Amino acid sequence: MTITDLSHEIDASILAKALIAGRATGADFAEIYIEDKRSTSAGLDDGKVEQVTSGRDRGAGIRVIAGDTTGFAHTADLSESGLLAAATAAAAAASQGGGGVNTVAFAPMTRQSVNSVRIVPSSVAKSRKVELLMQANDAARSIDGAIVQVSAGYADSMKRILVANSDGVFATDEQVRTIFRISAVANGDSGMQTGYESLGHTMGFEMFDDNDVAELAIRAARQAIVKLRARPAPSGAVPVVIKCGSGGVLFHEACGHGLEADLVAKGASVYKDRRGELVASPLVTLVDDGTMTAEWGAIGIDDEGHVSKRNVLIENGVLTEYMWDYIRARNENRPQTGNGRRQSYSHLPMVRMTNTFVLNGTQDPEDIIKNTPSGVYVAKLGGGSVDTASGDFVFGMTEAYLIENGEITEPLREGNLIGNGPQVLQDIDLLGNDFAMGGPGTCGKDGQGVPVGDGQPTLRVKSLTIGGTAA
Amino acid sequence: MSGSSLDSELQLVADRIVAQAKKGEQIEAYVSRGQETEVRVYEGNVEHFVSAQSQGINVRVISNGRTGTSYAGTLDESALAEVLAEARENAELGSVDEWAGLAEPDGVAVVEQELWNEKLESYPTARKIELTKELERLTLGIDPRVRIDSADYSDASIESAFATTKGIRVSGRENGCYTSVSTLADDNGETQTGWGFAVGKYPDEFDLSKAARDGVERATRLLGAVKPATKRTTVVLDPFVTASFLSIIGSTLNGEAVSKGRSIFANRLGEAVASPVFTLIDDPTDSRAYSATDIDGEGLAARRNVLMQDGVLQMFIHSSYSARRAQTVSTGNAIRGSGTPGVGCLALQVGLGTKSQQELIADIDDGVLIQSVQGIHSGVNAISGDFSTGASGLMIRNGATAEPVREFTIASTLQRMLLDIVAVGADIDWLPMSSVGVSLVINDITMSGV
Repeated sequence: MTITDLSHEIDASILAKALIAGRATGADFAEIYIEDKRSTSAGLDDGKVEQVTSGRDRGAGIRVIAGDTTGFAHTADLSESGLLAAATAAAAAASQGGGGVNTVAFAPMTRQSVNSVRIVPSSVAKSRKVELLMQANDAARSIDGAIVQVSAGYADSMKRILVANSDGVFATDEQVRTIFRISAVANGDSGMQTGYESLGHTMGFEMFDDNDVAELAIRAARQAIVKLRARPAPSGAVPVVIKCGSGGVLFHEACGHGLEADLVAKGASVYKDRRGELVASPLVTLVDDGTMTAEWGAIGIDDEGHVSKRNVLIENGVLTEYMWDYIRARNENRPQTGNGRRQSYSHLPMVRMTNTFVLNGTQDPEDIIKNTPSGVYVAKLGGGSVDTASGDFVFGMTEAYLIENGEITEPLREGNLIGNGPQVLQDIDLLGNDFAMGGPGTCGKDGQGVPVGDGQPTLRVKSLTIGGTAA
Repeated sequence: MSGSSLDSELQLVADRIVAQAKKGEQIEAYVSRGQETEVRVYEGNVEHFVSAQSQGINVRVISNGRTGTSYAGTLDESALAEVLAEARENAELGSVDEWAGLAEPDGVAVVEQELWNEKLESYPTARKIELTKELERLTLGIDPRVRIDSADYSDASIESAFATTKGIRVSGRENGCYTSVSTLADDNGETQTGWGFAVGKYPDEFDLSKAARDGVERATRLLGAVKPATKRTTVVLDPFVTASFLSIIGSTLNGEAVSKGRSIFANRLGEAVASPVFTLIDDPTDSRAYSATDIDGEGLAARRNVLMQDGVLQMFIHSSYSARRAQTVSTGNAIRGSGTPGVGCLALQVGLGTKSQQELIADIDDGVLIQSVQGIHSGVNAISGDFSTGASGLMIRNGATAEPVREFTIASTLQRMLLDIVAVGADIDWLPMSSVGVSLVINDITMSGV
């Protein structure tokens, strides 16, 4: 089964008419974003496949920009009249007066394939997907009688998009994503503990050729079992070693959001006006790369029709570039960077990360632990959040251990770590040579969620405040 | 939804799906159509104006004890047929579950409420833009150190219809609006953030001045904040923070989580799980609540449920599914998602104390007022009970607020925090959330800083 791009289903002359209608009140710019998304999900809990769900979302978002004002309307009606009505509504929203004649000439269609789907999920029987859930459930429960509950979820989506605008951009992309999640609950003398693992890629069902869901399930179950003997995490500031492939969220929060041009432009980022300055330890080179095939944040084109790119944000500690979308780049009269993204056709695009990661250092990860007399080793991080204006950010640790005399010892209960972005970036004093990407993430900003990836080698932050209850 | 069952166009769509049920098949159809307006103002200009329309259908089919669901974001005829066919196909793949089934009508009367405000529906667009600009102006006029990140206005209306083969048939409409401002305060190269908002049944009820004052106060009072020393202390949660805390506590009382062995309060009914000053009520029938509603996600009447009375655990909340498993009855707490309805609190509130926040603080020699928390999703685990969040606020010394503090965490466990509550304020705040805000004083919290 092959995927056809949306340009075969939408008449370009109708798009041109809608864009002309969008600029009929004198606006500078009009854009139409069309999405057709099909998704399947299946959930297991308490040993039963409780639900199998299918979904279909199809519609268009029309954005019209007049001066500093953006008007936006969306519709689920993709007929000529539906699109024209939405374009007229967006035009009215963007401007009260004006008017004029305008034309649209599309450039040749832009395509960039970063999606290497071999097995389109919709070509796979749903019963195969449900089977994976049962396998994971059985595996998690098999390792220890203390596992009292397991839930697992499978989901795939195929999103086809088309973007056309009054500057002549005409682009399509097909984004296929597959994800599997498992969580386990263990019960012991000290109460319940949880373990969680997920696996997600911008690829089709072939993801399961190289990845065993049973193995993933066992990892989640072990995490819960180990935590049954966890002691309360310490409080206060301590050295923290973060395992490779688990801590990219630290950079996502500590500086990723602060390097988004919309926040910078509003003076809501501690990294404003700091290009060319040393903002991190010289060990740190940070990249945002939408072209990383198969990673969770990979996109062929962004949601404004521009090809995704690999952008170096921090090089050897020096801030080199922010991330840009169409509007912010236009205001500064510079190129965008392929970072204009949106959750769906019913949302406005804004500056978003894709796959954000720190490149390898030179240290042996074992030496990093050995050279840390006492501290905390974080093997798995949860989510995080940041106040970009003050730079204060938090991230959760879902699997962590004490480091005593250069060795990993007792497991710790869950908690948040807190730090200030610019300070923590300076405080990275050891960087490993074992780079790995982390699990799939959903980044939330201004009410919209988009898929993102992150990664980093094992590293040490010489001081972070850990939110435990022990002295 | 309002409880009337007018034969709206949407009701007919839902009826038509349900009428196609085969022998032995249970079908539920939920059809909705919504409209929303969003205005964002920045530096006196409209930064964006969003006018959006959406529609959708969710279908659940239960056949031979197996459940399948499907949804579509359109009401096209072709999509309607496809949605039912998909849900049926999906039902063949689920496990047989002896408790699977739709809600049976339970005879509980719907509490009539005014969920639709005609004044909001006919409110002129130009006025919505004007009041958002006014909120920005008011905020900027209070303190020269304050800038605006954005001033926003948002309203939404939804019309929906619900039908099931069990004979539940209900349709109605709701609308609501709020406005908010995000602030930035600068001093000596440091920037702190704040926010304020106003809610009302329609925009003329907004208290814009209060929203502006809150936005300014929250950002400016944190200027110069330092990282505090690590210690055990007493915290006063600001109403906004309490609302988040109540939502987490509510999630631990989910009857489905209890049946599946995921609740820290399983087997604790009738026991004192919280301080005697704490009474927790889920009351979607109180129309002062932003999330007040009359119907739950399965079409049963929403109702007032006392969850904890004077610290004693009274009940768990249920959908018809979780109730069947626990051999009890639904408490009207089904909540809709894209698939099978889940279980959740609809509008939490607490029994109020007698003191203002200032009076509560006056009773504390040494503590901290928590203005905001960060990372509830990453540092709170409702299954293990671990609670750890980032925080910022003001130190409390000798009965009054003192210097601002930031970049620290507060930690305990949910179980201990409930028992360590020493006072509930009288300063009720109806926030645009599904929990009410009120000041809450909790002892013995670990504050982790330097």
